[in-house]
Amino acid sequence: MKTRDATRFAFDALRGYRTRTLLMLLAMSIGVASVLVLTSLGEAARRYVTGEFASLGTNLIIVLPGKSETTGGGSPNLLGGTTRDLTLNDALAVSRSSLINHMAPLIIGSAPVSVRNLQRDVMVVGTTSSLLDVRQWHLGKGQFLPETDIDRASFVTVLGSTLKQELFGAKNALGEWVRIGDRRFRVVGIMAAQGRSFDIDVENVAFVPVASAQMLFNTQSLFRILLDTRSRESIPRAIEHIRRTLRERHQGEEDVTIITQDAVLATFDKILRALTLTVAGIAAISLAVAGILIMNVMLVAVSQRTTEIGLLKALGAPRRQIIRLIMTEAALLSSMGAGLGLLVGQIGSNLIGYFYPALPLGAPWWAFVAAIGVALGTGLLFSLLPARRAAQLDPVQALARR
Amino acid sequence: MIQLTDIQRDFQVGDQQVHALRDINLQVAAGEYISIMGPSGSGKSTLLNMIGLLDQPTAGHYQLDGQDVTTLSDEQQARTRREKIGFVFQFFHLVPRLTAAQNIALPLVLAGMSEKERNKKVTQALTQMGIADRAEHRPDQLSGGQRQRVAIARATVIGPAVLLADEPTGNLDSASGIEVVKILEQLNTNGLTLLVVTHDEALGKRARRRIHMKDGLIEHDTLQNHPSLANP
Repeated sequence: MKTRDATRFAFDALRGYRTRTLLMLLAMSIGVASVLVLTSLGEAARRYVTGEFASLGTNLIIVLPGKSETTGGGSPNLLGGTTRDLTLNDALAVSRSSLINHMAPLIIGSAPVSVRNLQRDVMVVGTTSSLLDVRQWHLGKGQFLPETDIDRASFVTVLGSTLKQELFGAKNALGEWVRIGDRRFRVVGIMAAQGRSFDIDVENVAFVPVASAQMLFNTQSLFRILLDTRSRESIPRAIEHIRRTLRERHQGEEDVTIITQDAVLATFDKILRALTLTVAGIAAISLAVAGILIMNVMLVAVSQRTTEIGLLKALGAPRRQIIRLIMTEAALLSSMGAGLGLLVGQIGSNLIGYFYPALPLGAPWWAFVAAIGVALGTGLLFSLLPARRAAQLDPVQALARR
Repeated sequence: MIQLTDIQRDFQVGDQQVHALRDINLQVAAGEYISIMGPSGSGKSTLLNMIGLLDQPTAGHYQLDGQDVTTLSDEQQARTRREKIGFVFQFFHLVPRLTAAQNIALPLVLAGMSEKERNKKVTQALTQMGIADRAEHRPDQLSGGQRQRVAIARATVIGPAVLLADEPTGNLDSASGIEVVKILEQLNTNGLTLLVVTHDEALGKRARRRIHMKDGLIEHDTLQNHPSLANP
């Protein structure tokens, strides 16, 4: 029997039992579509998060006080090594290298910000003018913090766009005075609206010079130091430089944690990819269920068409050919179902993309391969049993029935 | 051409052993016209299925064209069935979703013949059966006689040596029954070996050689020199 004839015969058989075929296609396509939609959602989440990290700046190095890894020797506290604060002088010392492009120290605290009788509790960030360059944020109006000596306190502030809206409404805020904690600050700039930037809600924050923040929160220690290098390649050397400088300044003890953009990115990438694989796996179960449905349908088909199979045998079809015909039918069913599923999945993704334009949707290539592969695989695997049953039919008994 | 030696066929029905065929010895020469008659359960259909390789004997030997076919593999048996044997059934057994032409083409499709060659043969068979105008009709659009003619066309399209008919008129009115019988006899005249299983005495008497069966045994095997073709 020629492949083309076998295919046509199987196709005619499927067309002969329309309802059953349509239901089967529905089950298969839902399975395939759910694999595609779920993986594309997972992928979208991954791309969204990694995109957020990339917006931190790709050459970013973050220095935190305290060693987060305990490398042998038990607890560092038992050895008498208390965590030293990171100070402004540390930050300055670290930034004195040709490897470092910009340096921005960070002090973060929460304080009430008020204008007359309007008050908001927001995050107050003490930093320097370099922060804009390091984080690649954009200023809306006015100017950012002035480029002065790092240890000089001046009472100016830059407000996030939401905060400005809440305190001043549509009125002009530049040049006005706000009270932060127990001190008065003059507003010199407003940030552009740019949404949440991973760790800091830029729209709802007040920036002040780092020395002013030290006074405000009565502390010398920095929350962290942000640095960026001139190029991606110089990151390892820059890290080495930072580590050496701080070890010298901290009496030979290495008590800071240095994180690079790349490391964080890679970790999140891994976690989210695992997440995507998990949802894909769950969706694949629905495909397997569709496969079992195919088995059921083909078993029914075989018993419905007992006489037909008996006839084929009488006309000279060997067992192998009967098996092939049933398998062809199942393969057609599952591949048409897969095709339909691809279409439905694409439409589903487009719909989600339409309602949530921020999500970078799009199923990865392996999801397509996996969906179609599992669809065809289960379809064929689960049609083996019905096909064998058909092949074993006794033609005499099959033909004895009307 | 067909030689059955000590053929035996037992069935297990519940805990009882049923002997459908016992020690059947039968020789059929090419071109013969044989009717097999007998009451229900006498084993006549089983004998026909045995000759058609749809059933396997429990014991004994079956030689077709000098070849022992009982020992062939499934694949070889299917091939033999396809090339040498045609079946006509009481209930026609046409595939309901296929047209008359497609039904007739089935054995050719199974044999892997190209579509062009197939179409030629099918058209020829349709014309020979006088149903060329019904080629694109599906079985439910055909009368009983037309359906059986499609079935005969399907059984003979590949050019078999033997045609096995199991109650070919059993489901037809007498007029179309006679038409069908005449077609079968015409095929026999052209050299096809014809074996007809029937209840119908009148139909059975048309054959030159008549085999009567009872309880799995051949009771009579009579050869008539002057077939009563005159009174249908």
